[in-house]
Amino acid sequence: MKRTIKFLLPLVLFLIAVGFLFKGLFLDPREVPSPLVGKPAPSFQAPVLGEAGKTFNSDDMKGQVWLLNVWASWCAACREEHPVLMAMEKTGQIATYGLDYKDTDAEAQAVLKEHGNPYKVVATDADGKIGIDYGVYGVPETYVIDKTGVIRYKQIGPITEEILLTKIVPLLKELQR
Amino acid sequence: MIPELGLFSLILAFFFAIIQGTLPLVGVWKNNATLSNFAVPAARAQFVFIALAFVCLGYSFYANDFSVLYVASNSNSHLPLVYRLAAVWGGHEGSMLLWVSILAVWTMAVTMFAKGLPTSFRIRLIAVMGLVSVGFLAFIIFTSNPFERLIPAAVDGRDLNPLLQDPGMVFHPPVLYMGYVGFSVAFAFAIAALLDGRLDITWARWTRPWTTVAWVFLTLGIAFGSEWAYYELGWGGWWFWDAVENASFMPWLVGTALIHSLAVTEKRDAFKVWTVLLSICAFSLSLLGTFLVRSGVLTSVHAFATDPGRGLFILVYLVVVIGGALLLFALRAPTVGLGERFDVVSRESMLLANNVVLAAAAGSVLLGTMYPLLMDALGAGKISVGPPYFDAVFVAIMVPGIFLMGLGPLAKWKKASLPEIGTRLRVAAVISVVSALLVPSVMGKLTLMAAVGVFLGIWVMSTSLILLVNRLKTRQTAVPNLIENLKGIPLAFYGMLLAHIGIGVFVLGVTLVKGYESEQDLRMEVNDVAHIGNLAFRFEGAKEVAGPNYLSSLGKFIVTSNSKEVAVLHPEKRFYPVQGAMMTEADIEPGVLEDIYVSLGEPLENGAWSVRIYIKPFVRWIWAGCILMALGGILALMDRRYRIVNKKETREAQEGFEA
Repeated sequence: MKRTIKFLLPLVLFLIAVGFLFKGLFLDPREVPSPLVGKPAPSFQAPVLGEAGKTFNSDDMKGQVWLLNVWASWCAACREEHPVLMAMEKTGQIATYGLDYKDTDAEAQAVLKEHGNPYKVVATDADGKIGIDYGVYGVPETYVIDKTGVIRYKQIGPITEEILLTKIVPLLKELQR
Repeated sequence: MIPELGLFSLILAFFFAIIQGTLPLVGVWKNNATLSNFAVPAARAQFVFIALAFVCLGYSFYANDFSVLYVASNSNSHLPLVYRLAAVWGGHEGSMLLWVSILAVWTMAVTMFAKGLPTSFRIRLIAVMGLVSVGFLAFIIFTSNPFERLIPAAVDGRDLNPLLQDPGMVFHPPVLYMGYVGFSVAFAFAIAALLDGRLDITWARWTRPWTTVAWVFLTLGIAFGSEWAYYELGWGGWWFWDAVENASFMPWLVGTALIHSLAVTEKRDAFKVWTVLLSICAFSLSLLGTFLVRSGVLTSVHAFATDPGRGLFILVYLVVVIGGALLLFALRAPTVGLGERFDVVSRESMLLANNVVLAAAAGSVLLGTMYPLLMDALGAGKISVGPPYFDAVFVAIMVPGIFLMGLGPLAKWKKASLPEIGTRLRVAAVISVVSALLVPSVMGKLTLMAAVGVFLGIWVMSTSLILLVNRLKTRQTAVPNLIENLKGIPLAFYGMLLAHIGIGVFVLGVTLVKGYESEQDLRMEVNDVAHIGNLAFRFEGAKEVAGPNYLSSLGKFIVTSNSKEVAVLHPEKRFYPVQGAMMTEADIEPGVLEDIYVSLGEPLENGAWSVRIYIKPFVRWIWAGCILMALGGILALMDRRYRIVNKKETREAQEGFEA
């Protein structure tokens, strides 16, 4: 009997590993906590896309909950995310502001014209300087910023419908109360 | 039409795999030759249809068929042809197709070259490989169909990830997969042996060459990958302990252990249970690696698509294949017997130590790779163990292992004498200690790490040479002519020597590059000169050049040593507009003693650039060591013993089986 147990050991170890792997499937390794979460959002002023001479000032956003979505016309994953943003805009629950990252105005406008514009306002960050302040490491990224201007959540990579429903909507409800 | 034909072929291959994996097993069990005889034709039909599917996907890339989603996601009409074809395995779906294609190649090889085996054993072998294939084909067809249409078709494709647009992409994945999928043959041998109840010297002799071939491919594949990362990523590292690298390295460690343990089983009829377990583990780790990479449970620079549905599918497959194999092992292994006994000081126990070291090393890599996942699953937060963990633990385990490598081959089978080994190795010990003090001093400064590394590298090489001298001496009276004497030693012995010397070369390379590389991050204006050591680097500026599917800033550096020109280097910064990606293409002047490595950072104002210059002493030795190891494996394979004795023994086995 004792001998058989010894030979079962590899199987037992393997099954324990499988347990962890199974659990791991439902965890997201990309969910890296950003050092900026819980900190005030860096303030910035930037030209508004398509409205020459106008400037977007992030300090004007104090007092409302808003979403800052970093995107670009050259970014394939942003196209993937686009329908989700459009759906969000339709519900009217939240104001989404875009930050057009390292992009040209003409191309960005062409994309919005073709696929629809989910943003209240799009600020432009042609040289990526604002992106550096926000620690953007890939496009798209999305920040949820509360009424006092503090970043409450950061999404790296596209927002999926699931993330929207399980993470962002509950958080917005809490923040907007 | 072509993509549909491809999918249809895959489905046909799937059915043939089912036939190959089931009927023959029943046939052997029920002693029904009609059913058993399905094995070979089904396996070959499976091969033909998988090959057809592969060609169909290749054609879709060739023809820029952007109505195929996978092609549209991984190619572009401006992509050069060779990369369009390599893009077949540039994404998740195609990699899986490559995986199963290579499995089919191995199965085909088994049907063609494993003819000498007893019929029932051979049929079980082929059937087990069929079962492995069934799962993978189902995975491709149900979750990762590379032929899925995109309607309406894309105007142009999203391009292959620029990181993968490199000659390395053409060779590295197929060679690497030949390696770790190749362990499926050893796995099938183990399962067939457990089913058969046959686990003896003959079994080990059949398994050895197959395992060695897979190991040679894996060694080369890993070395290619490492060299590729070295020049492509632009920061001069050659190994990153990335999850995907670990996924190929763990099977290599276990495969190396397996090669040694098979030698004991063949020569001494010992370690039988352990050998079977290693055969199962080597392939299980290959599968686990596939799971880790494909399921997205770990992030990695190599990971493509992440999808929990796919992950779950592979996990279930892992449970069936590995769990089933280990269950069979638990049930059958106790009947196998432990084999011959041996003394504490003997070749056997040295090889046992080798196996323990390699298994512990593989375990530590596995733990480090899975640790972030374990902690996250236990709710302990997101953490990652990076290179510091691996460097510390892995090196600590391997140092005694490499030391023992010098002793092991000198020990006699069954019972050896420690003082005798000691006497024989005096010369090697002296040479190694002297080099350990001398080489680091010449290189710059003497550190403990460098001294230990150089000692081990020289130790492995010098003990290998002493082993050869000893062998020649014992035969000297019988064969006085040196050339005849050298010729008389079996190739397998030379293979071992070469592979061990390869380890020594590798260890020296790693030690010296780690200890004595120099690096400078500079801001350089046009005509600035930077000095590193006795080399002067003059930056002649960067100019814009258009490539086939990218725009490039091509820098020019003149490297001189004592005003003599040593090299002209052209590092590039490329912009790939389709994916909006910047790529750094370093330029390297390779050398036996050092590499000169220059890469461009970011453009600054007035034509100035941030520039990174590295001097990498002995870095080529790392890959040269790997190539020597692979050559050692090839020499061992060419040993005539496998051709002549194999035939004789299998005939005997066949007779024994039929009697």
